[in-house]
Amino acid sequence: MIGIAVRRLGSALPIMLIVSLLTFGMIHLIPGDPAIAIAGLSATPEQIANIRHDLGLDQPILGQLWRWYANLAIGDLGRSLLLGQPVVQVMLQRLPVTLALSAYALMLTLLVGLVSGIAAALRQNTWVDQAAMVFAMLGISLPNFYLGLLMIILFAVDLRWLPTGGYIAFTTDPLGWLATSTMPAISQALLLAGLLARITRSTMLEVLRQDYIRTARAKGLPNRRVVLKHALANALIPITTVVGIIVSLLISGSVVTETLFSIPGVGQVLTQAVLNRDYPMVQGGLLITTALLVLVNILVDVCYALLDPRVRYDGA
Amino acid sequence: MSLLEVRNLTTAFQTGRGEITAVEDVSFDLNEGEILGIVGESGSGKSVTALTIMGLLPRPPARVATGSVHFAGENLTNLSDSRMQHIRGPGIAMVFQEPMTSLNPVFTIGDQIMETIAAHERLPQRALFARAVEMLEKVGIASAATRMADYPHQLSGGQRQRVMLAIALVCRPKLLIADEPTTALDVTIQAQILDLLLDLRDEFGMAIMLITHNMGVIAETADRVIVMYAGRIVEEAPVATLFDSPRHPYTRGLLECVPSLITERDRLIAIPGTLPEPIRRPPGCRFAPRCRFAQPDCAAGIPPLLRLAPGHTAACIHIPEQ
Amino acid sequence: MTAPEEIRQSPFNVTLRRLMHHRLFLLGLGLVSIVAIAALLAPWIAPVDPNKLAMRFKFRPPDGDFIFGTDNFGRSLWSRVIWGARLSMFIGSAVVLINAVCGTAIGAAAGYFRRLDNILMRFNDALMAFPAVLLAIAVTAVLGPSVNDVIIALGIVYTPRTARIVRSSVIVLREMEYVQAAVAAGAGHWRILRRHILPNAMAPLIVQLSFLFAYAVLTEATLSFLGVGAVPPTPTWGNIMAEGRQYMIDAPWIIAIPGVALMITVLGLNLLGDGLRDVLDPRLRIQS
Repeated sequence: MIGIAVRRLGSALPIMLIVSLLTFGMIHLIPGDPAIAIAGLSATPEQIANIRHDLGLDQPILGQLWRWYANLAIGDLGRSLLLGQPVVQVMLQRLPVTLALSAYALMLTLLVGLVSGIAAALRQNTWVDQAAMVFAMLGISLPNFYLGLLMIILFAVDLRWLPTGGYIAFTTDPLGWLATSTMPAISQALLLAGLLARITRSTMLEVLRQDYIRTARAKGLPNRRVVLKHALANALIPITTVVGIIVSLLISGSVVTETLFSIPGVGQVLTQAVLNRDYPMVQGGLLITTALLVLVNILVDVCYALLDPRVRYDGA
Repeated sequence: MSLLEVRNLTTAFQTGRGEITAVEDVSFDLNEGEILGIVGESGSGKSVTALTIMGLLPRPPARVATGSVHFAGENLTNLSDSRMQHIRGPGIAMVFQEPMTSLNPVFTIGDQIMETIAAHERLPQRALFARAVEMLEKVGIASAATRMADYPHQLSGGQRQRVMLAIALVCRPKLLIADEPTTALDVTIQAQILDLLLDLRDEFGMAIMLITHNMGVIAETADRVIVMYAGRIVEEAPVATLFDSPRHPYTRGLLECVPSLITERDRLIAIPGTLPEPIRRPPGCRFAPRCRFAQPDCAAGIPPLLRLAPGHTAACIHIPEQ
Repeated sequence: MTAPEEIRQSPFNVTLRRLMHHRLFLLGLGLVSIVAIAALLAPWIAPVDPNKLAMRFKFRPPDGDFIFGTDNFGRSLWSRVIWGARLSMFIGSAVVLINAVCGTAIGAAAGYFRRLDNILMRFNDALMAFPAVLLAIAVTAVLGPSVNDVIIALGIVYTPRTARIVRSSVIVLREMEYVQAAVAAGAGHWRILRRHILPNAMAPLIVQLSFLFAYAVLTEATLSFLGVGAVPPTPTWGNIMAEGRQYMIDAPWIIAIPGVALMITVLGLNLLGDGLRDVLDPRLRIQS
């Protein structure tokens, strides 16, 4: 188990190295002078020179690279030009919001996606199956910002059940958190639940065809046990890998959801950073978020090994 | 009354091109403690017969079109799901051809044996464990208590088939259906598993329905034999009679190419031609197109099973002339 | 099961015939065709300039004069949505083209030449490690907010995913006996790739590209909705919805209509992809 985690960490290192290099290189891909791009066309030469100096753009490229990694080593990702705060500090403020929201959406996704996928597989070619798959197809075809807008109109404006936006931290007021997070979480989860339901259904159908399912039935096990124990334990193995993808999509989706519902999370701050050419914030935010995702995927691989004894024993 | 009475059983499958019958008008009896061999090429309907008895065919597309299966006096074809679950295990158990894929890869073998007992008997955990270890020892797994924690992928094919036997027999079934139990195994392991099967029959006294396409296996183990072709029984006889004086041309063809006991795997058919597809079966005798004794009147109608001697029947209208 | 009468036909005809019997594929084809035809015929069916302001007509709900109504500047939503379809289809096709060319090239190189595999796939994995939309907005932040920059950004985001799929097929095909035979017969790498490997790697690629088209259209709309895509007043569906957002209570049609158009397009492409997958590559069903 630990062996697998260590090995995966080992293979994640070169990926993170390339990710950090690409993130560093971003600013140099800006057509023309990045300092002018940041300062804007109306900036004075002094302002431009200041920015160039602050970002280290006046130094040779290798020197800049050295500074980038030296700062990374001490956890310094620079200062946000827009907010004036260290990038790491901004991220530490914003990440809990995005993570809480993503965890909520992930729970909804797993609940709806797994249940409807399993139900569809067990009732293959019946109305249950067809209803679940129509729902899933609509889910994956409905842009989450469109769904979010429709939900705001219906639940916030017309019915006045929930606020149109804003955010209350769970630690401040759990009920307020639920009220502000539910629509954003649903608007994210519906799409992903559709994706998960489709994968769960096809995986379950594949597993239910296996010989060991016939063995379980031949032993006289009740149907519920055959499905919930023997089939599900095997189907969850490939589904686990999908969870890594879902988390990545949740982080992507947070950009839209947080902007739409005015939630002060990572997605919102990064969108603002992009719109305001706050490059240090974009670079740092992207790097930290990606590092977190790589970590999530390592976790997923460990879960995979936990679920599959064949992997667990080979990797020990 | 026999332990198992199959009467005029017809199992049909709904397919994209209409309904086909995989098993047609099959009748036979099986007595307590008896070993009945069922032989035929793949596609002859022998596995479908077994799965119909077990109620393990997916419905739809499968359905029992006609006939009945009585086990210990109870008709299995119209039993409720929950009642059928109680028959599987303590009543009828089954082992399959593929030991490599028939065990669930994510649970220990101990768990898979113990849950079988637990499904039918209320026992404390410790008693379940003891029963499972005992059974593993009986099927010849060394240091059984420690192997309980093994996963299937840690066992060889022969060991897995032993575990399958342990699962099948742990509830002391009255009937064991063994569907090609040795086909997927190495030759030396095949003999060991067959010996084990006979030993277990002597110890537990269950009846066995042994499905195989290997005449050598039949000669070694069976008391009585049924030969199937294209979904129908073509001959039935005690094993000695069948080997000494086979009467159906198909059986004779099978016996002419028996490999030396159980050495040669698979290839038993030296009869020219192949089994007809279910949707394009010939009229009349289904074996006629491949039969060297065929006459024009063979196509006239499906030949009935003729009683040739006590316990010996064959479905061929030209038997007297051969 | 292969019907006997299909055996005599060419594989292409068989595929085509099965697709023509796949109802959901046909539904998808119908939906996509509607959007594609509208996009192609935009100059004729929507002759009014999508950016033409007409304040006296502002906030007109859909009626006989304005099929889709007008927005806050009195611009015809019919024109804006149709020209938006044209942009969506153009961007989607361009991203698919980039993926088909670059994804195949990178995937084939990595899968076929073992020495290149490690380095190419590390880069690939690194690009795939970024969350897709975040990477896309970061790239547009660097390059700038124009249609071309959006295409490049989406190309960078999605090409690694395509390359990975091509690579997996090539690795399997490389070990096939007929390929080994061609190697033994002295065929050059280029010839082996072009004649023996790539044609057989097409099925999963085509399936991937049809889903990719859907992602590209969706992500493009997301970028412009966020304001980091093609700059307003470019008539993209995302822009129309972003502008209509503040009027969504009094003039809900401004966001509803492009939203429905977007949904129809993505739904159609997903159905197309499902159909192609069912017919071309049933094994892919697991990963969907």
